[in-house]
Amino acid sequence: MSMGTGLADEGREFEAKIEQALKDFRSSVHAWSEAEYSRPRAVKLVHLRSWRVAAGWALGCVLAAGSLTGGLYERHHQQELAKIAARQQKLAAEQRASKEQDDLLAKVDSDVSRQVPSAMEPLAQLMAEDEAR
Amino acid sequence: MKAAAEEFSSVVEAHRPQIFRFLLASTRDVDLAETLTQECFLKAHRNWDRFRGDSSALTWLMRIAINLEKDHWRNRRLQFWRRTQTNAVELDEASDWLPSGERSVEQQMMAREQVAQVWQAVEGLSARQRTVFLLRYVEDQELREIAQATGLSEGTVKAHLSRALVKVRAELRGKR
Repeated sequence: MSMGTGLADEGREFEAKIEQALKDFRSSVHAWSEAEYSRPRAVKLVHLRSWRVAAGWALGCVLAAGSLTGGLYERHHQQELAKIAARQQKLAAEQRASKEQDDLLAKVDSDVSRQVPSAMEPLAQLMAEDEAR
Repeated sequence: MKAAAEEFSSVVEAHRPQIFRFLLASTRDVDLAETLTQECFLKAHRNWDRFRGDSSALTWLMRIAINLEKDHWRNRRLQFWRRTQTNAVELDEASDWLPSGERSVEQQMMAREQVAQVWQAVEGLSARQRTVFLLRYVEDQELREIAQATGLSEGTVKAHLSRALVKVRAELRGKR
C-alpha cells in the first residue's frame, strides 16, 4: 500500500468518525430533550426565582439609598468645611486689616509728635506754670 | 378569531418540542430552556396576527427563540449582582443521553466520549456559530431556513458553519 493511499484511507476514516460523532450528538440532544420535555416541572423553582428577584431588588434599593445618603452627607460635609474655611479666612483678613490700621495710626502719632514746632514750647511752659500757681 | 386560535394551538403542539430542544441545546439549562420556550410562545401568540407566512411557522418561532436567548444573555450581563453561575448541566452529564442502539459497551463508551468532545467544541463556539451549528446538526435545517431564522445571509451562515466544523474537527482530532 502506497503512502498516498494510506493518508487517503486515514482521511476517510476521520471523516466517517466526524459524521458518526455528529449523528451521535444529534441523537443525544434529542434523547435528552425528549426526557426533559416529558418530565413534570416543579413549581417550587418559580417561587425561588420570585424570591431571588425580590431579594435582588431589595438589595439594589438598599445600595442605591446608601449611595444617595452617603453622597448627600459627603456634600453637606464639604459645604460645612468650605464655610469654616471661609470664616477663618475672613477673620484672618479682618485681623490683618486691624493690625495694619493700628500700625498706621501709631506711625501717624509718632510722625505728628515729632513734627510739633519748637516755637510752641514757651507757650506750653507758660501754661504749665499757670497751672502750678 | 376562533380559527386563528385553533391554528395557533396546532402550531404550539407541533413545534413546542423543537423550540424547547433548540433552547436546551443552546443553554444546557433545563429550567432556562423551559422558561424561554414559554416566553417564545407567549410572544408568538401576541404577534400571531402579524405572522404573514413569508417563512414557515417553525422558522418564525425559531427566530423569536434566538432573539429571546440573545436578550437573556444581554440582560444577564447587565445584572451583574445576580449569581454568575447558571444551572447549565456539565458537559459530561449532557453527553450521558445517548441511545444504546445495538452497540457493544466499548462502542457506547467511545460514542459517549465523542459526543462529549462535540459538546466541548460547541462550548467554545461564538453565539452565532453555536446557533448555526445547532440548527444544522441538531435541528436538520437547510441553510436557507437557518438564514431566515437568524436574519443572516446564506453566505454568512455557510461561513459560520464552516468555522464551527473546523473547531469540532480540531476537538475530535486532538483527542483521537
